[in-house]
Amino acid sequence: MTDKALSIENVQKDRGKTRVLHDITLSLKPGERVALLGHNGAGKSTLIKAILGLIPHEAGTIRIGDAIPGSGTARQDTAYLPEAVSFHPALTGREQLTLFARLSGQKADIEGLLSRVGLGDAMDRRIGAYSKGMRQRLGLAQVLLGQPKLALLDEPTSGLDPISRQDLYAIIDELAGQGTAVLIASHALTEVEARTDRIAILRKGRLVADDTLANLSEAAGLPIRLRVRAAQNPDALAQAMGGTRVNGASVEILCAPDQKMQALRHIASMGDAVADLDMTPPRLEDLYRHFAQEDLS
Amino acid sequence: MTRFLAITRAEMLILRRNRWLFMATLIMVLFALALTFAGSAPTGTLGVDMLTVSVASMTTLSVYLAPLLALMISFDAIAGESDRGSLALILTYPAGRGEILMGKFTAHLAALSFAMIVGFGTAGAVAAWFGGAGAESVLALIRLILTSILLGAVFLALGYLMSSLAGGATAAAGLSAGLWLIFVVLYDLGLLGAVVMDQSGGFTQSVFPWVMVANPADAFRLWNIAGSEGVAITSGMTGVAQALPVWAAPASLLLWPVLAFTLARLAFRRVEP
Repeated sequence: MTDKALSIENVQKDRGKTRVLHDITLSLKPGERVALLGHNGAGKSTLIKAILGLIPHEAGTIRIGDAIPGSGTARQDTAYLPEAVSFHPALTGREQLTLFARLSGQKADIEGLLSRVGLGDAMDRRIGAYSKGMRQRLGLAQVLLGQPKLALLDEPTSGLDPISRQDLYAIIDELAGQGTAVLIASHALTEVEARTDRIAILRKGRLVADDTLANLSEAAGLPIRLRVRAAQNPDALAQAMGGTRVNGASVEILCAPDQKMQALRHIASMGDAVADLDMTPPRLEDLYRHFAQEDLS
Repeated sequence: MTRFLAITRAEMLILRRNRWLFMATLIMVLFALALTFAGSAPTGTLGVDMLTVSVASMTTLSVYLAPLLALMISFDAIAGESDRGSLALILTYPAGRGEILMGKFTAHLAALSFAMIVGFGTAGAVAAWFGGAGAESVLALIRLILTSILLGAVFLALGYLMSSLAGGATAAAGLSAGLWLIFVVLYDLGLLGAVVMDQSGGFTQSVFPWVMVANPADAFRLWNIAGSEGVAITSGMTGVAQALPVWAAPASLLLWPVLAFTLARLAFRRVEP
């Protein structure tokens, strides 16, 4: 027995002569929410399909619990939401979800699940009349079937409006709360930032980061941005503090995390010359850019 | 077991809802009735009842229509799911690829059978009512319905094969149209050409019947003709039927669904969603 819901070790995948996944090692514990970030073509969907056993990989091992990808146990334990999924337009939401429940061999509360994802009123309408967001919700409903041990969500927020996204993350939290390990491939950095335990970044098929947001910030050593608004003379202030002048009245200073306090003391010592202060720690977006784009140029 | 039935139930719902079942049945009924009435003229001269003539006409109809209707449902079966992105999803469920294919096949074959039985059955009943029928012609009608279903099964499976080989639904539709043209039209034209070119007659007498019966559409025709003397007279195709052993056409038409389904299964295994 392993205590991991998903373990990936040294996985490689080739498409023709190009290697699309290089030596990927990643694991998820039960109840963990991990964001998988990367550009288009970085290998996110390929990795997910390899985990699902839909495509073979050349080297390395993938285990879902103890099961091999694509085996009966692995399929039973895994839930998947494909990117921009659609279903047969002639079926209703209820019929489609009933099909999935029967395929998974589960007795499921179809109506309850559809209401949970906000399709309570639309469950007897044809999927052909659904909006993109509603189809995405239907896809999400089938993820919730039968308490999976591992959920793989490929761009789950695409096509969802902001409120639906909040609902989506509430559902993801609920899944994680019942012990499901959730892997979310996403572009929506700001949402992922607050809603995941760990962040993995893929660049050109290589895993370049796999840690918590705080640890990643530290490792990247990205500067903290201090913006100081001058009371009277911004030029003098800029000169005194060694920053750059921006938009008329403010001065911007970039400082390393370990020099933050020193800079703040310096600003405080200036007294009345400073009218206001804004401090921005590096965001996931900066981190993402740092890890996903370094040596790209 | 229940998993393949789950697919079957969903596919049946789809066929009912998108009017395929209704349209296919309507087409079968209309064409069969039209042929029955249009073809009822030669009954007197040939000395057979009207149902026999009707079966002969409907045999010719079915050679074209059964493969066409079958391909019309099946070409989309895998390529369509792949286009929608639901193929990857369904393959992550515990149902195997064989179960998925079998589930769709069962539903599609049931729908096709329904259209055949209602279409040919109606025309047969009308012919029998107006022009009389005997035990032999009723048997010929039943044979026509059953062999039409078999022929449909062949082209359903071939449709899945095309659907697996093609990248998307549009390409699958094109491949299926080409397949229909080759099996139903061009194959016979090619054989006709070969017979005309064949001066010595060796090909025509020994090879030609076997090449012909290897095509499921021709095997269907031969089986119906060889099976009933009356149908053979009315269709004027006795030569080839007599050149072959009795089992040749049934063997071909029974083997083809198995062969085509196996090929489709193998092609489906190689599909990466």
